[in-house]
Amino acid sequence: MRPELKKFKGFTLKKLPEYEGFAPGHRACQGCGTVLVLKLALKALGPNTIAVSATGCMEIISTPFPYTSWEIPWIHVAFENAASVASGIEAAIKALKRKGKISKRKKINVVVFAGDGATFDIGLQFLSGALERGHDFIYICLDNEAYMNTGVQRSSATPFGAHTTTSPAGKVVKGQITWKKNLMGIVVAHNIPYAATASPAYPVDLMNKVKKASLVNGPAFIHAFSPCPTGWGCKGEDSIMTSKLVVETRIFPLYEVIDGKYILNRRIDKPKPVEEYLKLQRRFRHLTPEQIKYIKKRVDEEYEKIVKLSECFGTES
Amino acid sequence: MGKVIAKEVSIAIAEAVAQCKVDVISAYPITPQTHIVEHLAELVNNGELDAEYMPVESEHAAMSACIGASATGARTFTSTAAQGLLLMYENLFIASAFRLPIVMVIANRSISAPISIWNDHSDVMTMRDSGWIQTFAENGQEAVDLIYHAYRVAEKALLPVALNIDGFTLSHVIEPIELLDQELVDKYIPPLRMKYKLDPKKPITMGAIGIPEIYTEAKKAQDEALKASYRIIVNAWKEFEKLTGRKYQPIESYKMEDAEVALIIMGSLAGTAMDAVDLLREKGKKVGLIKIRLWRPFPLRDFLKAIGKVRAIGVVDRAVSHGSTGGPVGIEVRSALYQSNKRPKVVNFIAGLSGRDVTVEDFVELFERTYDAISKKPRFSYEIYGVKE
Repeated sequence: MRPELKKFKGFTLKKLPEYEGFAPGHRACQGCGTVLVLKLALKALGPNTIAVSATGCMEIISTPFPYTSWEIPWIHVAFENAASVASGIEAAIKALKRKGKISKRKKINVVVFAGDGATFDIGLQFLSGALERGHDFIYICLDNEAYMNTGVQRSSATPFGAHTTTSPAGKVVKGQITWKKNLMGIVVAHNIPYAATASPAYPVDLMNKVKKASLVNGPAFIHAFSPCPTGWGCKGEDSIMTSKLVVETRIFPLYEVIDGKYILNRRIDKPKPVEEYLKLQRRFRHLTPEQIKYIKKRVDEEYEKIVKLSECFGTES
Repeated sequence: MGKVIAKEVSIAIAEAVAQCKVDVISAYPITPQTHIVEHLAELVNNGELDAEYMPVESEHAAMSACIGASATGARTFTSTAAQGLLLMYENLFIASAFRLPIVMVIANRSISAPISIWNDHSDVMTMRDSGWIQTFAENGQEAVDLIYHAYRVAEKALLPVALNIDGFTLSHVIEPIELLDQELVDKYIPPLRMKYKLDPKKPITMGAIGIPEIYTEAKKAQDEALKASYRIIVNAWKEFEKLTGRKYQPIESYKMEDAEVALIIMGSLAGTAMDAVDLLREKGKKVGLIKIRLWRPFPLRDFLKAIGKVRAIGVVDRAVSHGSTGGPVGIEVRSALYQSNKRPKVVNFIAGLSGRDVTVEDFVELFERTYDAISKKPRFSYEIYGVKE
């Protein structure tokens, strides 16, 4: 256990902070999972936080000038470079604290919110650079599994088989032909102190992970599952159900990697059939039995890898 | 005053940047800028400069980090050239629109392809319209003085400044250079205090979406800020003259009082061009030279004043503007003249691409060709000079 994490007892449903960092009145779609993750994350981080957003839905829906939903200092520069901007902010805080130009007493959290396109694809180099340089910041990938802001184009985070406007379910090729990029594996390979997956269906777990990410010294990464009813073709009210089923089917296991040690937070011994998750979303409705068979097989294999990794180090949660 | 010491210009620039007490340096290696950031890294690692040195993974990240750091209230520095500047490109416009006082040195180098590391101005001309204040140094002393000037101006105008030095021909030469005493630097550049920055005590939203109802007004405000920076720039030079005795102006004239033909140039080739002026003056030709030190905001009035009563102007560009009516400076000069009643003939040469030597003899020829324009209509609106047939 890292010493920075020893004192943290964790949030409970009965003891949640009243603080809200993301004001209502924003223009997100009904059932937007991304906003939910954002809101929970800011609740966990508190007001002494500077946020950086990559270009995407979140900047569009939250800052139509002269309005803003951000109760904390917030900056959006471009699409791919949120991690670099955050590392500049962190370096500035370090230098200015050392020179006595800002108070040394309180830790200022620096947090990035970026979508899957901004993280898995166009911003991967920038994320890698910032992780490798060891900046003390939190990077939260709000993964809604495609370029939603531009009209649902595929990214390397789009799941196998999913229909998007650039991986359409055609007569010959039926949706996304590649498996989702193993971003957690890439991030963990940077030997950062903290990385975790999270889902808004488990809000306390998500907030605890964000809090832990803020407590460790050095880079922390959270891969947050973020349902997009508009892009996925599901009902707004099904967002939480989707976020729960994705875990219960083993498609998106919840785990942490602390100093390279894998901790499986939720063992799924009796997984629900993947069909239950897939059938809630129009993006999967064209799937053939062969495609579903392949998804089942691959999901179990990927899940087993995480189980094995966590067993290597013993489980603690 | 400080001591005059022979130094490589890049090293002197790094030392001047350190004297300005920067908080964050973020840079990526690219020839011919590397000596500047290498020396800054040395100063930081030897404990001689208290700053965060960020050896980032690309120039895009270098400018991104400068934006983040500057928005947090830190004094920042970066340096680049050619492809590096182009990789930063989208951030350049964001830095100026955010009104961030970032200082960047560009060791000017030609753009690929063909790949070439040598000097011309094709890199900086791509950021002509980016909203940065842009200055050009002619020699080492000027480069150093323009560093102090850059921080003073950037932080008063709240705009980023790009200081251009010719790659190799200026960045890598050893010249006698005087660095200011630290006391003078501190006096000239007071600590940075930004009214609007990323501060949890006073949250602001930076980089909001600008809908059509607001975008035009935002751009107008930014444009006014760049125009208004002219006064700040000139006053900062006047202040500098009081402190050091060294005088700088947006446009520098050489033997222009009675000149009937003039060349216009930016950067380090001016020295060679001045030799050509002297040579021709000895032969009784009334020639002069105009050096543009401040490129953006373009000092229109100073320029129109400087050209005096010349009958023909030869603009020597160091970059090609493919498919246009001239080189970037040539286009600017013609446009500027149209706003006055003066109508000298204008010929436009593009010379010295990618470090191709432009000698005194070449300048003599360019002067003669400009003379010809008085009586003969030029056949082309611009010409790439010195092409081997």
